[in-house]
Amino acid sequence: MRHVSLTVNGQRTELEVEPRQLLVYALREQLGLTGTNVGCDTSSCGACTVLLDGESVKSCTVLAVQADGCEVTTIEGLAANGELHPLQRAFQEAHALQCGYCTPGMIMAAASLLADNPSPTDDEIRHGLEGNLCRCTGYQNIVKAVHAAAGA
Amino acid sequence: MATVEKPATFVGTRQLRKEDPELITGAARFVDDISLPGMLWLGVVRSPFAHARIRSIDVSKALELDGVVAAYTGADLEFAAPLLMAWAINDQVKNPPHNPLTKDKARYAGDAVAVVVAESRALAKDGVVAVEVDWEPLPAVTGIREALADGAPILHDDFGTNDAGSWSIAGDSPVPTRGPSAPFFDDPDLVKIKEEYSLARLIPNAMEPRGVVVDPNVAMGEYTVYSATQIPHILRTALVISNGIPEAKLRVVAPDVGGGFGSKLEVYPEDAICLAVAQKLGRPIKWVEERSENYVATLHGREMLQQIELAATRDGDLKAVRVRLTVAMGAYLRLVTPGIPMLGAWLYHGCYDCEGYDLEYTNVFTNTTFTDAYRGAGRPEATYAIERAMDTLARELDIDPVELRRKNFIPTESFPNYTIASGLTVDSADYHGTLDKCLEVLDYDAVRAEQRTRRDRGDRKLLGVGFSTWIEMCGLAPSRVLSALNYAAGGWDAATIELMPTGTVRVLTGVSPHGQGSATVFAQVVADQLGVDYDDVEVLHGDTATTPFGMDTYGSRGVSVGGVALHAAGEKLIAKARTLAAHELECAEDDLEFAGGNFTVKGTDRSVGIKALAFSSWTAHNLPDGMEPGLQATHLYDPPNFSWPNGAHCCVVEVDQDTGSVDIVRYLAVDDCGVQLNPMLVEGQVHGGVAQGIAEALFEEAIYDDEGNLATGTMTNYLVPGPPELPSFEVHDTVTPSPTNPMGVKGIGEAGTIAAPPAVINAIVDALAHLGVRDVERPATPERVWRAIQEAKEGRS
Amino acid sequence: MIPAAFDYEVAESLEHALDLLAANEDAKALAGGHSLLPLMKLRFARPPLLVDIGRVGGLDTIADAGDHVAVGALVRHCELERDPVVREQVPLLAYAAGLVGDRQVRHRGTIGGSLAHADPAADLPAIALALEAEIVARGPQGERTIAAADFFTGLYQTALAPGELIVQVRVPKTAGAGWSYVKFRRRALDWATVGVAALVRGNGSIDDARIALVSMGPRPLRATAAEEALRTGGRDGVAAAAEQADAESAPQSDTAASADFRRHLARVLTARAVEEALGRV
Repeated sequence: MRHVSLTVNGQRTELEVEPRQLLVYALREQLGLTGTNVGCDTSSCGACTVLLDGESVKSCTVLAVQADGCEVTTIEGLAANGELHPLQRAFQEAHALQCGYCTPGMIMAAASLLADNPSPTDDEIRHGLEGNLCRCTGYQNIVKAVHAAAGA
Repeated sequence: MATVEKPATFVGTRQLRKEDPELITGAARFVDDISLPGMLWLGVVRSPFAHARIRSIDVSKALELDGVVAAYTGADLEFAAPLLMAWAINDQVKNPPHNPLTKDKARYAGDAVAVVVAESRALAKDGVVAVEVDWEPLPAVTGIREALADGAPILHDDFGTNDAGSWSIAGDSPVPTRGPSAPFFDDPDLVKIKEEYSLARLIPNAMEPRGVVVDPNVAMGEYTVYSATQIPHILRTALVISNGIPEAKLRVVAPDVGGGFGSKLEVYPEDAICLAVAQKLGRPIKWVEERSENYVATLHGREMLQQIELAATRDGDLKAVRVRLTVAMGAYLRLVTPGIPMLGAWLYHGCYDCEGYDLEYTNVFTNTTFTDAYRGAGRPEATYAIERAMDTLARELDIDPVELRRKNFIPTESFPNYTIASGLTVDSADYHGTLDKCLEVLDYDAVRAEQRTRRDRGDRKLLGVGFSTWIEMCGLAPSRVLSALNYAAGGWDAATIELMPTGTVRVLTGVSPHGQGSATVFAQVVADQLGVDYDDVEVLHGDTATTPFGMDTYGSRGVSVGGVALHAAGEKLIAKARTLAAHELECAEDDLEFAGGNFTVKGTDRSVGIKALAFSSWTAHNLPDGMEPGLQATHLYDPPNFSWPNGAHCCVVEVDQDTGSVDIVRYLAVDDCGVQLNPMLVEGQVHGGVAQGIAEALFEEAIYDDEGNLATGTMTNYLVPGPPELPSFEVHDTVTPSPTNPMGVKGIGEAGTIAAPPAVINAIVDALAHLGVRDVERPATPERVWRAIQEAKEGRS
Repeated sequence: MIPAAFDYEVAESLEHALDLLAANEDAKALAGGHSLLPLMKLRFARPPLLVDIGRVGGLDTIADAGDHVAVGALVRHCELERDPVVREQVPLLAYAAGLVGDRQVRHRGTIGGSLAHADPAADLPAIALALEAEIVARGPQGERTIAAADFFTGLYQTALAPGELIVQVRVPKTAGAGWSYVKFRRRALDWATVGVAALVRGNGSIDDARIALVSMGPRPLRATAAEEALRTGGRDGVAAAAEQADAESAPQSDTAASADFRRHLARVLTARAVEEALGRV
């Protein structure tokens, strides 16, 4: 077992992990942060996207030990002081989710995209979210929501 | 009893979803989020061979691992019965017993042969890897044609054939057709076309893989099964049968479920296995599917060979349709596998009138993952065949495809309740209306002009336009019809509305939504009907312990069956409240009008609110003689007919002749699902359906290699399209209420998936028709498009 | 989804990493992990020890080194994509890095990892060939420089000796050259079905033409016949040159495309890439 220190959603956290423990399972099963979902086993779907030191990563393809000393932001940490993040609000208002399983990863990926590009075009949004798959919405309302949040 | 309702406030509006707050904050609870004290993890050992006899299984190395608690083979886990197959289509159906763990041989790559139970997810995986199976590989067959050939490897030795049985309209349909097709195909004066289409095998890819958690209460002999399922009620019945637990002792919960598309309309080996292991060990058991495991262990859809013939007059009057289907079942018949083609069997003449109709299908076992319902189930197949064939007929007759469609549409004045050539009765439609609207938005002439310009200029990128004027039957379904089709269950659904003492409303529904937003629309309906606040309505679903027995969610039935049941329950509740109101206000019931949640004596200001009535019915201090306390009502609704939405879709594509790449330039959808309860959710269903339909037309195909392994075995090579691969859709509607139910609603969940594939392929063929291309097999990959162009060129030179 | 168990060591320095790798011949170096971890999760790879070089200092810098840009092995794709020096001096590299995988992958994947993994379907190995980059490797015997042309030796095979690590990639500046990378794939997040990188120099005639191919054989390769045809045929000979783009290739058939279609695509895309590159001279 290895000792790992993480700052998760602003909270300093210490945990013991096997080297093979994936960051996503450390978050979900050791820290109880089950908002981050797992949709595939090939780093394809993006459901597990979190921010690692502010950048979007697929937490299924990062070992928890690799994240030692890093800051992690998950969907649970996005709302601040009880206020939904503009992306969360926009996702509801634009009907950008149906089953909601891809949504946490999609929102985190969009947050990272907007941090780099605060006013993206449709095309930039679609390409910026190329690593996130959704099976319900056809993406149209997701694009709309990201636009709305960018303008917020 | 008639009530005067206040004008709708919530129904018809774009009400934001009640489901969303937990989903956008990460607070939702999917099966994989459930963790119980003492819980063990289960992993499944699966066959690496498409067809292989099991000589022996050695689990000892797995059991030696620290943290591995148990391992079982098919011989160790006894079941009361094989997994339920509920649709024996007729006497000919060949239904092999499907044991949750196969005992004799594996019949597809992925067939479950043993399980390992361990203290963690990782240890269960380690245990699975450590199990040693001594296999005797057998020749395998994965293709439909090959499986029917002489000398093909036989999957189920007892049958001596891979032919799983046939079904025909002439021999098996409970309703007569307008007439047989043969006289028209024998008529020398008619034009005939004969088309053959091969539909790829598809993997549903709900974003949440499946999972099961079983929580046993050993002392009581009670079990709670949490399953990522669309059908908690049906699953409970099926598990009662397979695992021999009394119905009252088994609770099935569908917690938050991350999409289904038919893939969770199933009774799976893992449901029964996890329950059996929990019965054996008395500890909570959890199994969660990995995605690449999902690709072999969760049902596939659609693979079939189609032959469709049309007979028409030279001026384009469609006279007859004759269809022959050969359909891949995979290795076993699952819950409704053999009946899937039947769900489209009456729809192969689409929304067109004709005189003669025949259809027959043959089901075939192959060494592949079992197939079953995938979004649209049977109806996308039918729509594809007729809509592609209509374009071919148009080309054959040199008539514009839009004109040919118009000429043959069932006239608007035929409705309501018109019996179509295949024998079923369509509730209502205005096929011209939807197509007119589509053309108006499109500017058809401008697109054709641009197409000509590009051709004349010799552009390498060609333009094509394709239509799909689709129809379907959904809202499954009238129970009597299902009985006539040999389906083992009914098609009714149930709803309960309870006005609580404090005035809030509890709605319990027998449908089990998993992304559709039913909790939102049901709350809209109840809020308007009872005149209560939308926020005061809570909708509960997906738990057999709390909700009335229903038939769950699939086949676009949430609103058109579950919603109508709910509305009827509301009427019953209002009737009881009216009686109580009349008693309190000391007037006749007929003197009361009900609006905005208040019963008012006509012509006076004397009134009582429904919330106050809820309280007084709860205290029961002053009820009329004979009235039961409490203000609640339950209704079980069995629809008298299917619901028949329709629409006109149009796709404009740009085809790169040099690479075969297809870009969708525009995609228009004009759909008619009757009265819309929440247009925002209707649009969402269309978006998602069209996305899956486009995926089917351009991207997705499950491919088996020569050894019978799934070559597209992960999300890296089974191509679920991402955001850059799909266009923005232009979504419009028309509204033709259904006369079948008092709400005028029809289903919309499958519309886009049904409509889109032929619109896309018709557009591609249209772009390339002048080069001599007549068909491109779907999915229309760049390579297939390019080859179709090359073959057309060679054919012409 | 869960890798087989392994040991894990964090390398504190390059020397430490080399020592750890030398002590266990089956150990694998871990940088961003975006080639290795996916294989381990499917248990296609089961190394007994991972040596995490992600925290080794000094390997994550990009420097203008006169005639070339010196890119540290741990420089991530997202950094190549946006670094002003790379964008200015080697725009082909910046552009191609922006097409690797998806955004999340580019936040983790490194140039060293991509080159060392030597996946013939990956973008950067072919880009390194087209740019005639040099790969600086450090091993127990010291440091050496390997030309990209000599680096990729076969399917997932490189000239790196056991225990040797990439420390830097030296990428010659391409001022004055026209460039293009055409990546053909069905989804943005996919590997290239076929990719063609082109770099051309010349005024009127074509003095230097480099064409490198992705997914056209067991390793990334140069289309030398097409390059030669361009040098002799000039701007008017693009179509004729493109016809030879697949001459030295040996593509595979898989679920994305048949070998024949890949050959066809290589020819079509070479013409497009060269035309685009010529337009940028």
